[in-house]
Amino acid sequence: MDNAVRTGPTILEMNSITKEFPGVKALDQVSLSVKAGEIHAICGENGAGKSTLMKVLSGVYPFGTYEGDIVYQGAVVKFKDIRSSEAAGIVIIHQELALIPTLSVTENIFLGNEPGRGGVIDWVGAKQTAIELLARVGLTDDPDVLIKDIGVGKQQLVEIAKAINKNVKLLILDEPTAALNEQESQHLLDLIRGLKGKGIASIMISHKLNEIEAVADSITIIRDGKSVETLDVVADGVDEDRIIRGMVGRTLENRFPDRHPEIGEVFFEVKDWNVQHPISADRKVVKHANFTVRRGEVVGFAGLMGAGRTELAMSIFGHSYGKFLSGQVFKDGKEINLNSVTKAIDNGLAYVSEDRKALGLNLLDDIKRSVVSAKLTKIAKADVVDSSAEYTVAEQYRKSLRIKTPTVNEGVNKLSGGNQQKVVLAKWMFTDPDLLILDEPTRGIDVGAKSEIYGIIRDLAAQGKGVIIISSELPELLGVSDRIYTIFEGQITSEIQAADADPETLMKSMTSAKKKVDAR
Amino acid sequence: MSAPETTTKTGFRFGDLKNIFGNGGSLKQFGILAALIVIILFFQWWTNGTTLSPGNVINIVQQYSYILILAIGMVMVIIAGHIDLSVGSVAALVGIVVAISMRDWSLPWYLAIVLGLVVGAAIGAWQGFWVAYIGVPAFIVTLAGMLLWRGANQFIGDADTIPVPKEFVYIGGGYLPEWGPDTGYNNSTLLLGIIISAVLVYNEWRGRATRRKMGSDPVPLWVSIVRVGILVAVVIYAATLFGGYREGTSFPVSGVILGVLILVYSFVTRNTILGRHIYAVGGNRHAAALSGVKSRRVDFLVMMNMSILAAVAGMIFVARSQASGPFDGNGWELDAIAAVFIGGAAVAGGVGTVVGSIIGGLVMAVLNNGLVLKGIGSDQVQMIKGLVLLVAVAIDVYNKSQGRFSIIERLTRGRKGSTSSVNAEANETVRPDATKPDPTLPG
Repeated sequence: MDNAVRTGPTILEMNSITKEFPGVKALDQVSLSVKAGEIHAICGENGAGKSTLMKVLSGVYPFGTYEGDIVYQGAVVKFKDIRSSEAAGIVIIHQELALIPTLSVTENIFLGNEPGRGGVIDWVGAKQTAIELLARVGLTDDPDVLIKDIGVGKQQLVEIAKAINKNVKLLILDEPTAALNEQESQHLLDLIRGLKGKGIASIMISHKLNEIEAVADSITIIRDGKSVETLDVVADGVDEDRIIRGMVGRTLENRFPDRHPEIGEVFFEVKDWNVQHPISADRKVVKHANFTVRRGEVVGFAGLMGAGRTELAMSIFGHSYGKFLSGQVFKDGKEINLNSVTKAIDNGLAYVSEDRKALGLNLLDDIKRSVVSAKLTKIAKADVVDSSAEYTVAEQYRKSLRIKTPTVNEGVNKLSGGNQQKVVLAKWMFTDPDLLILDEPTRGIDVGAKSEIYGIIRDLAAQGKGVIIISSELPELLGVSDRIYTIFEGQITSEIQAADADPETLMKSMTSAKKKVDAR
Repeated sequence: MSAPETTTKTGFRFGDLKNIFGNGGSLKQFGILAALIVIILFFQWWTNGTTLSPGNVINIVQQYSYILILAIGMVMVIIAGHIDLSVGSVAALVGIVVAISMRDWSLPWYLAIVLGLVVGAAIGAWQGFWVAYIGVPAFIVTLAGMLLWRGANQFIGDADTIPVPKEFVYIGGGYLPEWGPDTGYNNSTLLLGIIISAVLVYNEWRGRATRRKMGSDPVPLWVSIVRVGILVAVVIYAATLFGGYREGTSFPVSGVILGVLILVYSFVTRNTILGRHIYAVGGNRHAAALSGVKSRRVDFLVMMNMSILAAVAGMIFVARSQASGPFDGNGWELDAIAAVFIGGAAVAGGVGTVVGSIIGGLVMAVLNNGLVLKGIGSDQVQMIKGLVLLVAVAIDVYNKSQGRFSIIERLTRGRKGSTSSVNAEANETVRPDATKPDPTLPG
């Protein structure tokens, strides 16, 4: 590492940032210090507060909505929106790229920043500048080509070119390599290193610890909304294990219900499951997945966001994600066909989505209609829904799952996150599934409701059902699962009995494929 | 707003007044219904009683039944998140085919009606195919259909007017038959009124029993009695209006067809699996798909159904005008769509009711009729109708954005809680909790 750059002056200082949302402290006295021309990584589990911190920095949460101050280039700054932070040279590149697919590369680079006079764009000049900017990020593509016609790796580079054009001094990259393949990732990381040489500091959020270890100069670890520590990669001799320890370092609270699992024989088996990305044909999001579930067993799937866990689950549940390539599913020894959601439901599968609002519920509906919506045939005669049966069923679930609502006629949009999730659980329990796949079942839910949901999971397993739980929270997985698979970049990298697992070993298998061998 | 819910024990509470036509009642279109009543009373006063004269009410039913029939299909299309611009052209094409089949092929009137329905179904299947299975937006498919079927009408009919036989005219211009002793009224119409009254009483009684079984308190008995009393009075009054006009007239056959369709489709949308699936697809297509709803099939069926109802409307219109012409059904799609939105449907889909749309359609019908009675030119009538549509929907949108309960949406949907969805969502976006990563910024 270049010492001259590393000892550069501090460009950014975020002091004791506290950001509260009603009922929740998302950030609690978080501090972050970035030196000019360094690559500073921010690590933390999903939901630790990394994104919120970056939103505070970039003005998405404007000055006045948080406590603490931001000192940037020696002065306290009060950004009122994202434009004002960009004007100061702070540019954030989101994981979901902010490019317009149907516009050309040039048009995208200059979007909102068009060169010209009196509203008339100087396209000749723009194109020339675009070519220069593209060259700086290592692209030789025609600047007239449409964004949708270049790969996501190049799109990422166009975003950076756009940032350079804005005279960026501090670049924030949120999971920059999540959607990229190995080669593209390498190129991007090289580019970030190159920018560092030109005095541009970067803040990088990434789940891929090997990349962080390779490029970062220093690392700030955030846990549960607090900045835990800042490490100097060289001086502290930081490696992946050290980062993991910082990320998961909290103690396991005893908030999981006692279980006395009675695990039966294997009844559900997936063999060599392969799924292709819905858009880019060269990306496989699930590669050769094999796993089994036993009766009465809770199987955890650990993986970071984008690792392919949701994609795997949704693909099994009626080929609902991506393009199914190959693979077999066996239930009770017989191969079953799951190529539609209806078939999946009829075969006793249930999938509780991680995105409750977008995929789990019709927010215009009331509770009773939501509860029965996945298996209307069960309370219908000759296709006519028996509304009093519907009410009775919903009432039963309201009582047994303790859904907090005056009546089941209430709209689901009136419920809190935890109670909405209970409605979704009721909806799928009503289908009498043999295997429930719960994708982030406690996301966005307060602690009390969480432990109630753990209780429901326990009860379902006790009834002899198989439960798959996908979660980013390792303590949760360790607390409720009997057995855990880890998944990384679409591959199942290890299988561990929960009793033998700890957060560190899981995190290792979740962040790199090569640990496959020493996982057991 | 849920205050009336808790005051449903015994004795008189002021809040119970709301329950007469408010939540828990059989008529939930309170807001827009109130507007309809106000408009009727206003024109009744302004036209010195002509609006509610026997001749005029018969005229309104005959003149607007086909638009209301279209509104029934249109609300289902709009709930599912689509639109159908082709209904007027479909009606025209079916009309000409039916007219020619009777004139040139000597098809009896009943077979001609079957043929008309088949043609409507075929057109609907064509449009449904493009929307559901190819994924062309319904706006485009039916815009193309609008041109296609209009052109086909003029091609087949040689842009000419073709008359239809007398027996066929009955479905559009006919009345309920005359029989029995001389009561001073048309006995069929009186009987119809009595049957409807009996059904209303029975429904109220059954509704109370169901609610009690479900464990929720029914509204106080007096509320039920007042509600049924008012409804029965309205029905009997209407029966004397329709049945009391000059000899040979009574409640129109087209009105009976409309009434039956309203009953059938209210039931389908409210109580059947298909109905639930239409709301599910329109409310959240992805969630519906992940719940095992075959959303393409739903799309196909609502588009096909719309064209069948357009065929019905077209035949009634042809029957009433006693001929099929090249410009039949011009602009009907706009009237039907306006009725649906005045009736509380949401542009984004997922919200709307058949009964609400009928009331919305009646608002437009009475308004139109009243203005014409006052001799106001069609130029000004159009301007007024345009403004009414705009203002009605604007009030709805404004109420929602203010987080206040929207009368139209709340009451047409008949569900507590569906009111502030927009507002609740807005709150969500500025209030993510710490444990839920923002989808745009995972981390």
